[in-house]
Amino acid sequence: MPIILDHVNYVYGSDTALAVHALKDINLVIPDGQFIGLIGHTGSGKSTLVQHLNGLIKPTGGNIYFNGEDIHAQDYDKKKLRSKVGLVFQYPEHQLFEIDVFSDVCFGPKNLGLSRQEAELRAYAALKQVGLEDEYFYQSPFDLSGGQKRRVAIAGVLAMKPEVLVLDEPTAGLDPKGRDEILDQIAKLKEETGITVILVSHSMEDVAKYVERIIVMNQGSVMYDDMPREVFQHYKELEQVGLAAPQVTYIMQALCDNGMPVRTDATTIGEAVGEIMRVLEKKVRKCPKITCADAG
Amino acid sequence: MGIIKTDKLVFEYIRRDEEGNVEGITRAVDEVDLDVRQGDFVAVLGHNGSGKSTLAKHINAILYPTEGTVWVDGMDTKEDKDLWNIRQEAGMVFQNPDNQIIGQVVEEDVGFGPENMGIPTEEIWERVEESLKAVGMYQYRKFSPNKLSGGQKQRVSIAGVIAMHPKCIILDEPTAMLDPNGRKEVVRAVRALNDVEGITVILITHYMEEIIHADKVFVMDKGKIAMQGTPREIFSQVGKLKHLRLDVPQVTLLAHELKKSGVNLPDGILTVEELTQELMHVYESRKSAPHLVGLENDRERV
Repeated sequence: MPIILDHVNYVYGSDTALAVHALKDINLVIPDGQFIGLIGHTGSGKSTLVQHLNGLIKPTGGNIYFNGEDIHAQDYDKKKLRSKVGLVFQYPEHQLFEIDVFSDVCFGPKNLGLSRQEAELRAYAALKQVGLEDEYFYQSPFDLSGGQKRRVAIAGVLAMKPEVLVLDEPTAGLDPKGRDEILDQIAKLKEETGITVILVSHSMEDVAKYVERIIVMNQGSVMYDDMPREVFQHYKELEQVGLAAPQVTYIMQALCDNGMPVRTDATTIGEAVGEIMRVLEKKVRKCPKITCADAG
Repeated sequence: MGIIKTDKLVFEYIRRDEEGNVEGITRAVDEVDLDVRQGDFVAVLGHNGSGKSTLAKHINAILYPTEGTVWVDGMDTKEDKDLWNIRQEAGMVFQNPDNQIIGQVVEEDVGFGPENMGIPTEEIWERVEESLKAVGMYQYRKFSPNKLSGGQKQRVSIAGVIAMHPKCIILDEPTAMLDPNGRKEVVRAVRALNDVEGITVILITHYMEEIIHADKVFVMDKGKIAMQGTPREIFSQVGKLKHLRLDVPQVTLLAHELKKSGVNLPDGILTVEELTQELMHVYESRKSAPHLVGLENDRERV
């Protein structure tokens, strides 16, 4: 179900002296099944934008279409929209409240009016999708580690069976392994179910590793909207708006500046290793002496 | 004795049920011996739940040891009479800047600490000025904290701590909620405090790139100190760190992967400059061999 944002504007506190123009003429098409990274400095409008996607905020100008229907039309079923577009807020574990993990994940589907059995089936599937072991299902969510709590909270949204999953900084405060685990699970989930994922992140390395399209926000406008390798070529402009490129981009750039003939658009470790080895090994392969030495 | 020293520090969280009976005991810090010299920049790494924050909270007497002892500048944290002196000498900055700022105006917020200490008004203003200058926030002194970015707010929090003239500052994941620029600003401010003012810094973080300049790194696991050494020594052990749910800076990981592919590089490369230099060295030496051809074509393609 594609989402289309058509000339969307949003002003906080409009008609007051404190009005802030948070979103300025946003035009975006979010097709099915994409893995999108949304980046931008603090206050660039990322969170305001994602809250528009499931109708939590109504634009002060412009329209939003989900599957071709205007979500702010009179008779539009917002409740259904919110089950289709799942929003995982920052620090979602603060929203856990039930007596045990399993009941917490059941809360969403039960509220959709599903039968208890259906809700439980969905909760079970969702907890499996985020990789939580059965042994934790009947523990209090508050006794889990930070990474586990966060997975329970994400499962609570997945149990609503969304078609679009929006995650606002899902890895903030987690240790490096925890970050990788959560993002790997999300990538796997996207692979298996084909849902659209929008990842809001401050980690350029994570974004480069996982997403296929990056939307860069600056001062309420879309600054870039392209593939990671294209976006990170603008690393100087990104720095000016409080962002950066992954470290490997800087390495490739420095190597190129020093005269090593590498392509500079690698954004992940794997790509960088491949490119550097291509340049270094080309010489080795053309060197018969080394081949002889190796053989001998 | 260093400014901060712990001797077989143990801390146990005791969980109780509604009647107050003990349900379980979790040993969060387990026989930790720490000795931090005045003026050092010390980093503490460790996965979620490894005991880092519990350890940090002992250093300004928010928590008291179950067993063992903590001394801050020679004062035992269990002695009630030294409590306020300890909290003044070891200031703490937490993860979320919004939870630490109480003033309506930046300079008011920074003045709160020294005011509580009963410092004369004129000196408070002097301290506010020098603290805000030290973190590069002086031009924002009349702003409302609400109007600042995350990195700026966090620097105001740091200014609020250094206005109390501590000898030591403990930062518990101060950059976890910040964007890349905010992270850079905070790390730069903390390094300046350490270099220029000579304040001892203990930085807890999950971002490996932030601590490559530290004097010493402690890695915690299950409440114990699992590794310690210079950043270069620590980050040379990629496998062990990954096993402890940690990571190395991306540039170190790239060097590690290249090495596995047969490129001759030293262990524990920490910065983009180092790696570039080493790789150029490898490249030049391969290029300068007389039997190598095809270089010019490559250059043209780029």
